[in-house]
Amino acid sequence: MVSAWPASGDTLEARVAACLACHGEKGQSAVPEVPSLGAQPAFYLLIQLFMFRERMRVVEVMNRMTQGLSDDDLRSLADTIAKLPSPPPAGDPPDPARMERAQALIEQHRCNFCHNRNYSGEQSVPRLAGQREDYLVKALREYKNNTRRAYDASMADVLYLINDEQILDLAYFLARVR
Amino acid sequence: MIVIRPCRFEECPAVLALWERAGAIPSPTDTLAELRRLVQTHGDGFLVAIQQGAIVGSVIGGWDGWRGNIYRLAVAPEARRLGLARRLVHEAELVLTTKGARRMSALRTLASLLVVLPAFAQPAGGQPAPQPAAQPEASKPMPPLQPQPSTVPGRPDIPNAEVNTMLRSIAPPPIPTPEDKLPIPQLKLPKGFKIEVFASGIANARTLRLGDKGTVFVSNRLLDKVYAIVDRNGRRETKVIASGLDRPNGLAFHKGALYIAEGTKISKLESIEDNLADPPKPVVVYDDLPNHQSHGWRYIGIGPDEKLYINVGAPCNICEPPATNAQIRRLNLDGSGAEIYARGVRNSVGFDWHPVTKQFYFTEHGRDWLSEDLPEDELNRVTKPGQHFGFPYCHNGTFTDREMGWGRACDEFENPVALMGPHSAVLGMRFYTGKMFPSQYTNAIFIARHGSWNRTKKIGGDVVVVKLNKDGSVRSQEPFLTGFIQNNQYIGRPVDVQVLKDGSMLISDDHAGAVYRVTYSGDRVAKP
Repeated sequence: MVSAWPASGDTLEARVAACLACHGEKGQSAVPEVPSLGAQPAFYLLIQLFMFRERMRVVEVMNRMTQGLSDDDLRSLADTIAKLPSPPPAGDPPDPARMERAQALIEQHRCNFCHNRNYSGEQSVPRLAGQREDYLVKALREYKNNTRRAYDASMADVLYLINDEQILDLAYFLARVR
Repeated sequence: MIVIRPCRFEECPAVLALWERAGAIPSPTDTLAELRRLVQTHGDGFLVAIQQGAIVGSVIGGWDGWRGNIYRLAVAPEARRLGLARRLVHEAELVLTTKGARRMSALRTLASLLVVLPAFAQPAGGQPAPQPAAQPEASKPMPPLQPQPSTVPGRPDIPNAEVNTMLRSIAPPPIPTPEDKLPIPQLKLPKGFKIEVFASGIANARTLRLGDKGTVFVSNRLLDKVYAIVDRNGRRETKVIASGLDRPNGLAFHKGALYIAEGTKISKLESIEDNLADPPKPVVVYDDLPNHQSHGWRYIGIGPDEKLYINVGAPCNICEPPATNAQIRRLNLDGSGAEIYARGVRNSVGFDWHPVTKQFYFTEHGRDWLSEDLPEDELNRVTKPGQHFGFPYCHNGTFTDREMGWGRACDEFENPVALMGPHSAVLGMRFYTGKMFPSQYTNAIFIARHGSWNRTKKIGGDVVVVKLNKDGSVRSQEPFLTGFIQNNQYIGRPVDVQVLKDGSMLISDDHAGAVYRVTYSGDRVAKP
C-alpha cells in the first residue's frame, strides 16, 4: 500500500512511488486523463511541480502531493522521474489520413521546433511522443480555452489559430508517432 | 520551375511510385512504413523535387556523424536531362554540410547506384550521367564553410533542422539563482560605473517601482507574487506583499498607493508603505480587460495627467486583433473614463513620459517568425492620442506584413522613433532624471532589452541608452550594461530599470531572480 500524500519525513523512493500510483508503473499512465511522466524533461517537471506547490496550477491531488516540499525536494523528484523510460506509442495501426493532417499542422505551427523533431521535448518544453491521447486532448483544450495556467504563453500563441478538430488530430498523431 | 524541398509525410506513396517509374529494383525494405519513419526521424535530409505539383525526383542524404552519404537518387523519366540529379545531390550536400558533414560519399558505389536506379545510369540520348553520380567512392573533403542554406530548400519560412531547436522558446527557472552564483563578474558597464547585487532570491523579478518612502516594489510575470524590498536598520529585507495573483507584471506607485495590474484587472493597495507588515487586501479599480495568455500580462504607469496607462497586447503573434486588443488605454485612477490612447501596438511592456516635453514614449515588440533580422522591436512616441502604430499591417514604418499587410501602406501609420534590434524584446524603460550619472545621461532613456528567442544568434540581453535631440527625436543608441549572453545562452535577462533617489539605478533580472544596482563614481574611486 502506497502512502497517498508525501509526509515530511518521506524518502525520495516513497514519494516517487506515490507519484507512480496514479501516473503508472515506470511512468506510463493507465489512468484516463492522467499523463505519462516517463522521460519528461527534468526542467519541465520541476516547473510543473513548482506550479502545483504554489497552487498556480490548481489540481487538488497535485497541490496536496507537493504541499510542504522544498525546492530541493522538487528538484530531486523531477530529476528522478525524468529518468523513467519513455512511454511507447499507442499500439493500434494509425489512420494515415489523420496522421497526414496532423503532420501538416505540425509543420505549419512549428510544434517540432520547441518539442524537438522526435517530440521528445527539452528544457521547459514537455515530451509529447507516446503521451496518452486523452491527456493531450485535455491539455490542449485547457491551453486553448485558458483554463490551464501555462508557465509561459508559448502554447497560447500557437493554439490561437488551432480549432478543436485539429486538436483531436494532433493528439491522435502524438500518441502514435514513432 | 522545379523546387527541391524535404519530403512530407503525405508524399511518401508518391516517392515509392517514383522509384518504381525510375526503374529501381524494389528492395524488401522499400515500404511505405519505412519511408514514413524516415520522414519522421531524419526527414530533413530526404529531399524531393517538385514540378507542377508532381514529384519528379528524390534523394536521401544521411549523416552518421562522420561521413555524409547520399542514397536513392532518382529522377522521373520525363524530368531527365535538366540537370536535376546534379541539383538534388547539391541540395542534399548542403543539408549534410549544415549538419556538420565535412566528408561526403556522393554515392557509395556506382554499383549501388546502378542497382537502385538503372534508369539514372542510362541517360537518354547518350548524354553522360551527371557528375556527382559518376564519382565512385567519391570521398571528398568538404570546405568547412560552404554557403549554408538557413532555411529548408523551397520553404523560406521554415528554418532548417540544424537551427530550429535554437529557436525554441526560452523559459526562466521558477527557482532563483543563489546570490553567490549571480552573473555579476560577467557584466560590463561604461568606465566609472559599477554593478552590485541589490536583492537576490526573487524568482522571476520583473517590473520595478519605487515608493515615496524608499520601498522598492518588484513584480512577477510567470509567478504570482509582488515583493517589497525595504531597508531595515541598514539591512535589506525582501518580503512578499501579495500572492496568488494572475501574472501580476504591472506595477505603479502614486500618492502612497501601489497599483497592481494582473491579467484581467488592476487593483490598488492604499498606504502600502505604512502597512508592509500586514498589507491590505488589493481593491479592484478596473477589470474590463480581455483574458488571453498570449501577451496577456500588463504594464502600467501613471502619467503627468494623473491618468493610469495600460497595455492590452495582441492575443497572438500576428493576427487581426479583436477591438479590445493591440492597444494602450488610459483611464482615471478610479477606473472610470477608459479610452484608447494608442492603437496598432502589438505589445508594449515599458513606457515613460519625457521629463520636459511630457510626451509618452513606449517600447514595442515586433512579430516573430518573419526572419532572423526583421522586423526590429521599436521605440515609439505618441504625439496625439489615438494614433495607430501599424500592427498587424506595417512593421518598423518601412514594410507591410507578408500576411496581414495586403491592401495597406506604411504611410497610413506612425513611424517608430528608433529601431531597437530584431526580436531583442525591449521591455522596461525610464528617463534618467537622477544626479549621480554624468550629465550626458540626463533625460536619456534607459531601456532593458530582455533578449531574443526567435533568432539563432541571440541579441539583446542588455540595457541600452537612447539619447534624444531637443525635438524629442532619437540622436543615438548605445550599449550600457552588457554581458548577459555568454556562448549564445542567457545567464540573466534584464527586464526593468528604476532610478533611485540617489541617482543610482536598479535593474531587474527575471532569469536569475535578482535586482542589481548600478552606481557611478567616475574617477573618484579607483578600487574595483
